[in-house]
Amino acid sequence: MAKTLFDRIWESHVVHETPGEPALLYVDLHLIHEVTSPQAFDGLRLAGRTVRRPDLSIATMDHNVPTLPGPITDPLARAQLDALRANCEEFGIPLYATGSGREGIVHVIGPELGLSQPGLTIVCGDSHTSTHGAFGALAFGIGTTEVEHVLATQCLPRLHPRTMRILYTGTLPLGVTPKDVILGTIGRIGVGGAVGHVLEYAGAPIRALSMEGRLTICNMSIEAGARAGMIAPDDTTFAYLEGKPAAPKGADWEHALDRWSELRTDDDATFDTELEIDVAELEPQVTWGTNPGMVVPIGGKVPDPASIADPDERAATERALAYMALEPGTPLQEIRIDRVFIGSCTNARIEDLREAALVVDGHRVDAKVKAMVVPGSAAVKRQAEEEGLDRVFERAGFEWRNAGCSMCLGMNPDILAPGERCASTSNRNFEGRQGSGGRTHLVSPAMAAAAALAGHFVDVRDSVAARA
Amino acid sequence: MKAFRSLTARAVVLDRPDVDTDQIIPKQFLKRIERTGYGEFLFFDWRQYPDFELDRPGSAGAKILVTGPNFGCGSSREHAAWALQDYGFDVVIAPSFGDIFFSNSVQVGLVPLTLPPDDVKALMAAIGEGAEVSVDLEAKTITDPTGRVIAFDIDPFVRTCLLNGLDTIGRTLQHDSDIAAFEERSPSPVATTAL
Repeated sequence: MAKTLFDRIWESHVVHETPGEPALLYVDLHLIHEVTSPQAFDGLRLAGRTVRRPDLSIATMDHNVPTLPGPITDPLARAQLDALRANCEEFGIPLYATGSGREGIVHVIGPELGLSQPGLTIVCGDSHTSTHGAFGALAFGIGTTEVEHVLATQCLPRLHPRTMRILYTGTLPLGVTPKDVILGTIGRIGVGGAVGHVLEYAGAPIRALSMEGRLTICNMSIEAGARAGMIAPDDTTFAYLEGKPAAPKGADWEHALDRWSELRTDDDATFDTELEIDVAELEPQVTWGTNPGMVVPIGGKVPDPASIADPDERAATERALAYMALEPGTPLQEIRIDRVFIGSCTNARIEDLREAALVVDGHRVDAKVKAMVVPGSAAVKRQAEEEGLDRVFERAGFEWRNAGCSMCLGMNPDILAPGERCASTSNRNFEGRQGSGGRTHLVSPAMAAAAALAGHFVDVRDSVAARA
Repeated sequence: MKAFRSLTARAVVLDRPDVDTDQIIPKQFLKRIERTGYGEFLFFDWRQYPDFELDRPGSAGAKILVTGPNFGCGSSREHAAWALQDYGFDVVIAPSFGDIFFSNSVQVGLVPLTLPPDDVKALMAAIGEGAEVSVDLEAKTITDPTGRVIAFDIDPFVRTCLLNGLDTIGRTLQHDSDIAAFEERSPSPVATTAL
């Protein structure tokens, strides 16, 4: 029978199956951070259980860590980080703590260490675990009780999800980035559009993307409601992985390539839901509302609730506009911003920083705008500094910070003040996400950089065209 | 985890789509290392608005939340399920749920029930403010304040877990020999301790 990429990974990880019950799936890699794990370790201790496979687990500090040098002043954040350190020591789990040189956002370090590999099942107590699906892995976020389950058993019971494929066609226009592809996709299917499904992104425009572009797309699968998102591995995937610290070496590498090359969807395989999107029609995207599906192209306007027939959608739009303090019909390019955040597990890899630096180089951040760049990991920061990107940003007036989740969710001191409006390369524009009362507009790194210079949203394709 | 059979209790309507877990429990309350004490921070930002649904006189003591589609979307924070439970909710009824929130709820015994959108709208209309609703997980029925009985579908295994308050970790550990055999047959290729 014809199989999808998802089927192949699912079937090869079933440990036990009883009809009418969830399958028991083996977990190849468990990523851990400080926020969603302390109660799981406590649960283990209470039940007198231990960690089955510390050698398939890895922890880092990312959500709470300050991005300015110096000690952690928030006692609650410090307690959580101390708990992670103590738990990892007690159970023998490797921890990349702040200052280790390998720390960073959990979804940035997995790929850069070569731990995220094709065909693996990967879980983490974080919804953006979908990121790792870019390698052709089945990767999904779980809650704390399930974190405890994986620690104790290295398995998870899972009901079979539905499958969905988005087939992309056409050629991505200049100045339109992977972030715009995924925002445009979510705008089309909605934040609940893929609920209950594992998504596969396919087609020539996806094949043409770098690994980092694919990571950006899979990262935001959860914002469409998907359980996971995945892309079949190919030569781009293999070239990225070769030589990474945890990648197979020597004869193992050759065997891995043979195995990985089998990981694809058969031509005659079917999905529960299928959709086609022509990327040639996409423009740079900007969100105007309070979820990632509330998005329009940069040439567009803030929608008018009066023109929306569905009463629930109209009410949701009215609430979003009230929160965002936006008037219907306002052109996106007239919206002024106070802050710019370039960072997060969506867009803080080296290519993202290069993309932003290219726009920024030789210009100044608008006098009324406060802008910051937070690299996704200590390794990304080092690489960027070797390339001189830190100086490009700092000369332009950006702050150059240490790695962490930072203002994507504002669990550390990096938050918006009430009423501040931010162009952000992160993944969620929910009410209060970046700080209580803060207003978030999601954009690509290039669009965020261009907005920082102008003080309002602009079409980055104009500066791209000017350079070309 | 808590077992659930049936319940007759006051219901509260939160008629909004796509309520994300950042609203259910904002990030500033995720820094605690305990599982309890989140109820007072439930919908913290929304409760600053006058006349928020949970703060209306008819909502006091409600144990059933009836809400819009894709409830609990976004962040995987199980704190959202803990906060709802800690506040006093035992059941959430919606046309659909965020997948991770749904799993988390089942894990802790907060009962997530799915009804077709029109049934949810009719239930919301019948509740108005402060009426009682009955939920019977054994019979798979909801009885609205007018006495109308609505049948619901639920995955049989999820229902068994909720009815019995199953310890799913204990269940998985019973398959220890299967897990060991799997590890022998298909060892994970990664070794985090060898880096």
